[in-house]
Amino acid sequence: MKYQTQKLAYPYFMAAMGLFVVQVLGGLTVGTIYVFPNFLSELVPFNIVRMIHTNALIVWLLMGFFGATYYLLPEETETEIYSPKLAWIQFWLFLFGALAAVVGYLFHIHEGREFLEQPLWIKVAIVVVALMFLFNISMTLMKGKRTVVATILTMGLWGLALFFLFAFYNPANLALDKMYWWYVVHLWVEGVWELILASILAFLLIKMTGVDREIIEKWLYVIVGLALFSGLLGTGHHYYWIGTPGYWQWIGTVFSSLEVFPFLAMVIFSFYIVRQSTRNHPNKAAILWVLGCTVLSFFGAGVWGFLHTLAPINYYTHGTQITASHGHLAFFGAYVMINLAIITYAMPHLRGQQPYNQTLNMWSFWIMTSGMCFMTFTLTAAGVLQTHLQRVLGMDFMEVQEQIALFYWLRLGSGLIVILGVLLFVYSILSKGKAEQATA
Amino acid sequence: MSEGMTKTAARNIFFGGTIFFFVIFVALTAHSHLYIVNESTDVSSLDDAVARGKHVWEKNSCINCHSLLGEGAYYAPELGKVWVKFGGDEDPETGREALKAWMNAMPTGIEGRRQMPQFNLTEQEHADLAAFFEWVSRIDTQGWPPEPIE
Repeated sequence: MKYQTQKLAYPYFMAAMGLFVVQVLGGLTVGTIYVFPNFLSELVPFNIVRMIHTNALIVWLLMGFFGATYYLLPEETETEIYSPKLAWIQFWLFLFGALAAVVGYLFHIHEGREFLEQPLWIKVAIVVVALMFLFNISMTLMKGKRTVVATILTMGLWGLALFFLFAFYNPANLALDKMYWWYVVHLWVEGVWELILASILAFLLIKMTGVDREIIEKWLYVIVGLALFSGLLGTGHHYYWIGTPGYWQWIGTVFSSLEVFPFLAMVIFSFYIVRQSTRNHPNKAAILWVLGCTVLSFFGAGVWGFLHTLAPINYYTHGTQITASHGHLAFFGAYVMINLAIITYAMPHLRGQQPYNQTLNMWSFWIMTSGMCFMTFTLTAAGVLQTHLQRVLGMDFMEVQEQIALFYWLRLGSGLIVILGVLLFVYSILSKGKAEQATA
Repeated sequence: MSEGMTKTAARNIFFGGTIFFFVIFVALTAHSHLYIVNESTDVSSLDDAVARGKHVWEKNSCINCHSLLGEGAYYAPELGKVWVKFGGDEDPETGREALKAWMNAMPTGIEGRRQMPQFNLTEQEHADLAAFFEWVSRIDTQGWPPEPIE
């Protein structure tokens, strides 16, 4: 680690791991309620636990992005972070806001739009945190070298903050509310977050393969270009049935189908670059996470998204477990895995050790990934059946849920496997272990 | 695909294309905004009761079990047409009473059945929520959902 201020990443990664555990435990609880509906029903009902599950996910991914930025920006710009002090204030404020939100949810203190349940003062705090962060990294970027990786990353982070502002607009007209709600949700995960994802990916490939930066940065432009050209109008696939005009069925169908391509390009790019390696990097686990990230996001975001994105198909699948299956694998493949990749890569540097516990870390990769894939398959099967019984044959919602109960059991099982993988991962990056030497 | 392209060309395509598609997207949502206000929703009947009802819906985080126009959680039934399901479109009074009776009977506590919490809504909140559901049921959703309502 060349720059002192890269250490700022450490608290962010630690907090991310803590909230990651909260998130999966929330998921386990929700999965348990699906099969034992009376579990916690009086004390902490389903809606509260689900809020914790989704919000903890979003917050820990953001923590990871912040940490990743503080880690890679000094190396990219070849200068220290502008204000380490501001980064620390930002960290504590964000952590406090996140914990206050989670504890508040337990006491039914929340707002009521999906994923934007944070009370107003926490939303304001998030904006303050974002402003501190953007100021800090923009100042760093201005005084240092403006590489493509650093620029795209900063653009993505600015976009993230700007689109969050739509969280403050909540019109009484539900259709309008929903249309602008997607300005936050879709333009985050299928827009600016992809910029963040791709630039972290590019950074890791530059560092670990030794391939010429020029080649990787050109690819980076192509990938983020494909992502935004398809993803911006791809928002249309959320505008089919919420009171928006019928032409979105055409626009959404065409452009969201194209959303597969940036992910496909990422797979081809990452495997091609890794094969071109001129360097034998000792952190094999980090390379595994990088490659895994591109493959799983291709399947989760790309293929599973395409599965129900055509308007005539979405007419039947909209709002079923199909959506849940896609949501789980897309978030895991794209944003969880890129975070675990950079954490796996950076932790040994941050803790001043050789890459350690490689084997354990790789085990956690395979366990977590198989658990998530199996979870996706069970939810897909549940969703296909649900779609047919409920939307085609017109059976009652609750009757259908009884018909697909088996899949909820299987989902719970896969969730347990995921948790095992998560705990192994956290242990592998935090424990001392034997300092494994680089194998030739 | 990138072999024959220079980095500068890739950059220009990225920035140019992004601006191009973003402008189109914003223009189309602006048009959709007008379409929602003028055509697909009935703004004239969007009164304070409906707005308050939406707040009741949000305050109790209904979206984290139910879906509304297909968005939300999938643990409990879709409620976009719940007003029609409870007969409110034919007789509003019956619809309101049925909705209130349903919510007041929760939770059933029956073993092995999904439990809806007791939200202890006031009379006013029940009426507002019903007004909200009634308003939502009349949004033109391009024919969604496909299931027969009966």
